Amino acid sequence: MVNLLEVQQATKRFGTFTALDNVSIQVPKGSIFGLLGPNGAGKTTLIRIINQITLPDEGNVLLDNESLKPHHIRDIGYLPEERGLYKSMKVGEQALYLAQLKGLSKTEAKERLKYWFDKFDIGHWWDKKIQELSKGMAQKVQFIVTVLHKPKLLIFDEPFSGFDPINANLIKDEILQLQQEGATVIFSTHRMESVEELCDHIALINKSKKILEGKVTDIKRTYKSNTFEVGILTENSKDLYTHLQETFTVVPANFKTIDDQLKMKITLDKNTSSNDLLQYLSDKGQIMRFNEVIPGINEIFIKTITENE
Amino acid sequence: MNNLKLIIKREFIARVRNRTFVVMTFLSPLIVVGMVLLITWLATLNNDEIRKVALFDETGLFSSDFKDSEEVDYIDYSSVTLNDAKDSVVIKKLDGLLYIPKKLTNKELAKSIQFFAEEAPNVTILNTIEKVIGDKLTNQNFKEKDLDLDAIEDSKAKVNIQIENFSGEKTSKMSNYVKMIFGGAAGYFLMMFIIIYGNMVMRSVIEEKSNRIIEIIISSVKPLQLMMGKILGTSFAGILQFLIWLILGGVLLTVASSVFGIDPQPGGLNSSILQENNQQEIQLILQDIMKLPLGTLVLSFFIYFIGGYFLYSAIYAAIGAAVDSETDSQQFMLPIILPLMLGIYVGFFSVIENPHGTVSTIFSMIPLTSPIVMLMRIPFGVPWWQVLISILLLVASILFITWLAAKIYKVGILMYGKKPSYKELFKWIKY
Repeated sequence: MVNLLEVQQATKRFGTFTALDNVSIQVPKGSIFGLLGPNGAGKTTLIRIINQITLPDEGNVLLDNESLKPHHIRDIGYLPEERGLYKSMKVGEQALYLAQLKGLSKTEAKERLKYWFDKFDIGHWWDKKIQELSKGMAQKVQFIVTVLHKPKLLIFDEPFSGFDPINANLIKDEILQLQQEGATVIFSTHRMESVEELCDHIALINKSKKILEGKVTDIKRTYKSNTFEVGILTENSKDLYTHLQETFTVVPANFKTIDDQLKMKITLDKNTSSNDLLQYLSDKGQIMRFNEVIPGINEIFIKTITENE
Repeated sequence: MNNLKLIIKREFIARVRNRTFVVMTFLSPLIVVGMVLLITWLATLNNDEIRKVALFDETGLFSSDFKDSEEVDYIDYSSVTLNDAKDSVVIKKLDGLLYIPKKLTNKELAKSIQFFAEEAPNVTILNTIEKVIGDKLTNQNFKEKDLDLDAIEDSKAKVNIQIENFSGEKTSKMSNYVKMIFGGAAGYFLMMFIIIYGNMVMRSVIEEKSNRIIEIIISSVKPLQLMMGKILGTSFAGILQFLIWLILGGVLLTVASSVFGIDPQPGGLNSSILQENNQQEIQLILQDIMKLPLGTLVLSFFIYFIGGYFLYSAIYAAIGAAVDSETDSQQFMLPIILPLMLGIYVGFFSVIENPHGTVSTIFSMIPLTSPIVMLMRIPFGVPWWQVLISILLLVASILFITWLAAKIYKVGILMYGKKPSYKELFKWIKY
């Protein structure tokens, strides 16, 4: 797979504090890449390096196989976490100004703004000042300004904060739409459910070091423990449970059912397959539930970070 | 380059559209002209009032010497008693009573003259009275000693030094005043400009920080570009404002003076100079103005004006980037206010006293004070090599300070929350 962005061994120090320590990431073209990490891990520093706001002390960043140059600014759309707009400037003028700074001509910017303003049904805001709008409304304008110049790479830092669920959904759909049109998205957030939903690749940064990176499915595969959640309807659940404990690693599980089942999580060793387990269980009672336990990103996140502490 | 133009344009429009800016642009000349008119009017009002002073002269020597003038009327009360005279002064609400008692000797008399009044009389009246009595007594003393008054008058010498430079041109004694006024006005004007518009640059930086738009902007442009755009855009707005003030003020003053028939010449120094000197002197002053190296003056004004403004507004921008709100900026104001004040004080005390003295020369070289001090020195004629050194130092320090400011600016605009100390600013420079 072709990488749109490659960060190679980037290190950044502020005085004696190392904000980023030898971090490399590879963002495949067309992917939605989740950049995860606890507060203060160094995500923002990495994003600022990609945006050429800060220069790395060591390391290199390649965009489309080219070392970052000032003109690459136009290929990137960045929505920072600390975001705002000029409060006393009119919405339309402001959007035009920011679009022109990204290299669009005035007429082109106007045309595209009209399209987006119509799409979000906010055309009547054009002559309003930002201070007259609510926070969520201003965020919509910011989103438009970020994507207006059709960048190859979009970087969103906590894009959903400040949005109500309806508008968050709207923005999510727009991000997916942009991905379909060929954009690559880097996505930095604490909201794991949106990572689960959107990202196909992730990188995890903790204490200025990268500790995990890869395709979400691959990562999940390595983190799954061959554990299955099983629910069985049986007369003699106590006997079965002790019996199972002799052969497998079994812990009681808890999930909602309508009848009184024996609920447990069974972890298999490498040599046993799920079919072996099924066969074993088939004459012990009526199997009501059998599914593999796949670790959530949230779990992986917490697990890797605690392991690394 | 294109982005720089966009930033300058935005900054200019943002400044000019600001309501306070618009109000100040059009209100200030009105206020200033109004003040001038008010002061002139009050001055004439005061002068119109004729003081009435009662005279009680026991000697009978002076009644003919106190003649009514435009300012004072004298009323002779010598025929009644002193107490009656005092009473009449109170009843008739006169401005005072001058009491000249009879004494044996003139010396004693000179010491015992009294002036009774409800309020202390104004200084000019007292001076006139003292002069009248003094002259009279002096003449009497001369007579008593058998001196010939005419001979004394004849032997008084009056000196009026003619000033001429080595190339034979005559100048007036006032030429130093003229130079002082030119230099002083230029220096003061520069200081005002720096304070007003430097502050504007700082506020605009803080605004971007507190609106949280800064990171969006600098993902599109370089921080240095943004800082430069701000400084330039604000200075254009400032120049526009000053031009409007100049034009509007001039028009208003002309209109006002023709409508109210008041001489718009500011009072004080200027008018007293004009009164004290004859036509020829005025001609010489005009010649002096024409003889000032106007070309050099204008050129150096532009160089020092632009240089000084850039130097200080870079510092203002760095301060704006370092703090979160305007109230926090106070602690960093010292490096701006101190050299500005120093420049003005050195200018108004040292340069006027001795334009080519050591203090003046040194301060016209030090970059932070040189724009103001050198501007004040230049009308007095400064050797070209001094100007050259001063300008070179200024340019070098602009480059250095801008570089330093840009470093602080770059780090500062992304820092929120804590108020930095000077130590931290120093650390930012090394990032």
